[in-house]
Amino acid sequence: MSWFSKKQSPVPMPDSERTVKTEGLWQKCDGCGQIIWRKSLEDSLHVCDKCGHHFRIDARERIRLLIDEGTFEEKDAAMATSDPLSFVDSRPYRDRLKSMRKATGMQDAIVCGHGQMQGRPVEICSMELKFIGGSMGTVVGEKITRSIERCIAGRVPLVIISASGGARMQEGAVSLMQLAKISAALMRLDEERIPFISVLTDPTTGGVTASFAMLGDLNIGEPGALIGFAGPRVIEQTIRQKLPDGFQRSEFLLKHGFLDAVVPRSELKSYIAGALGFFVGN
Amino acid sequence: MNPSWARVQLARHPKRPHSLDYINKIVEGFQELHGDRHYADDAAIVGGFGFLAGRPVMVIGQQKGRDTKQKLIRNFGMPKPEGYRKALRLMRLADKFRRPILTLLDTPGAYPGIDAEERGQAEAIALNLREMARLQVPVIAIVIGEGGSGGALGLGVANRVYMMENSVYSVISPESCAAIIYRDASHAAKAAEALRLTPDDLLKLGLVDGIIPEPGGGAHEDPDGASVALAAAATHALDELSQMDGPSLAAHRYDKFRQMGSFFSE
Ligand SMILES: [Zn+2]
Repeated sequence: MSWFSKKQSPVPMPDSERTVKTEGLWQKCDGCGQIIWRKSLEDSLHVCDKCGHHFRIDARERIRLLIDEGTFEEKDAAMATSDPLSFVDSRPYRDRLKSMRKATGMQDAIVCGHGQMQGRPVEICSMELKFIGGSMGTVVGEKITRSIERCIAGRVPLVIISASGGARMQEGAVSLMQLAKISAALMRLDEERIPFISVLTDPTTGGVTASFAMLGDLNIGEPGALIGFAGPRVIEQTIRQKLPDGFQRSEFLLKHGFLDAVVPRSELKSYIAGALGFFVGN
Repeated sequence: MNPSWARVQLARHPKRPHSLDYINKIVEGFQELHGDRHYADDAAIVGGFGFLAGRPVMVIGQQKGRDTKQKLIRNFGMPKPEGYRKALRLMRLADKFRRPILTLLDTPGAYPGIDAEERGQAEAIALNLREMARLQVPVIAIVIGEGGSGGALGLGVANRVYMMENSVYSVISPESCAAIIYRDASHAAKAAEALRLTPDDLLKLGLVDGIIPEPGGGAHEDPDGASVALAAAATHALDELSQMDGPSLAAHRYDKFRQMGSFFSE
């Protein structure tokens, strides 16, 4: 009897584990605080049915939502950084990369490739925020540049879905120069009159905003996305005051003239396909 | 003090020559041009035309102040969108009349503030990066002090990029890097080393074309000597690049940045 009751008594679960278990099934909305069943969130494209808050989604889910089923062909999936600085902070960058690769199943912070959008061929690049904050180092820079080159070679439109904290610190000035490299490639795309639709999602800041993300023929924001050059914390530290509500959100950028439109996730695919039809259709 | 952090200190030295110090010493008949024709004139970026060793040139640089009053006027060398837009206007003006461009990079970074965000700091820098790649004239960029990330690069897409011996060029300031890694900005010296931001580092990484030696203990001790060295390097580069036609210059600039990266495919 005694051993039976002992077995029945619940083993105390560490807090961290409990949170993970709860998060597995339920998610709290950052917009309205509602607790949402994860399965229903997946059915609603990860948008809160109550307040319209757009949850962050990963790079491959983006492609699944935007590209016609069975048409996506990934390119340069195996490309990996060679750690040009041999960067070490609290741990070696190489080790950090290893655990990131294990966690995400990706070599770096972006998925690029070719597919169709409502039957139209497009080259699409989708950034992965979970991979070191979606930061842009040499791999993101090179993969986007190659995508642009494929667009030029095949006269195919370009769609980039940004989600990034900016340039990757661990690759130093090599990361910084990717801003120039990609922007220069976009100059050539521009000269070829091939459309580039830039979609800015939560969050898009730093060197990514200050290069390709702001250079779309159309710049489209997802509702409520944080978009800016400097991060809000840096600005608060500089000016030593609280930032107003809604500062650096998509709607703020729309009002100040830096986005063509704010488009809800449910309409994004048909919006982009429609725009491409206008630019390159008969 | 580790050599990288020492270099950061020299790059920020209060007596170090700033853009206008160099311009006034080496550009004959310099005429400053103001304003972006959209919003304002940003004093953190100066630009204008003149003659460098007899050659007509458009010179544009980030400008820091020396005393408190000047520092405030120059916003500590941190440009706002109107600064980058002024720079682009002047670069396009030079391009139109087939005049070469010399840019001097010296900023802690583009200004992080409410007004700068409202007016599109990111868009302004992004546009400069793309449009500098399109220019059909020689472009020479020289980092004279602090090459602060995208804020510096916004004037830096050039055929030749040089660094003064005691300058630095980095994706992030050592202080901000330390704050992220060690949650403590006082570890900036360690971060400076990890970031590989000295001229030697950038040359080894294939990101810059050369290092301009400074006289004696550094440019702050001998601004005249430093100016002579800078002018010599710029003039030499101008003479070389003047041999190329417009499309070749744009292609050369493109190829130069195109090969920057460090990756492998398994
Ligand atoms: Zn909600």
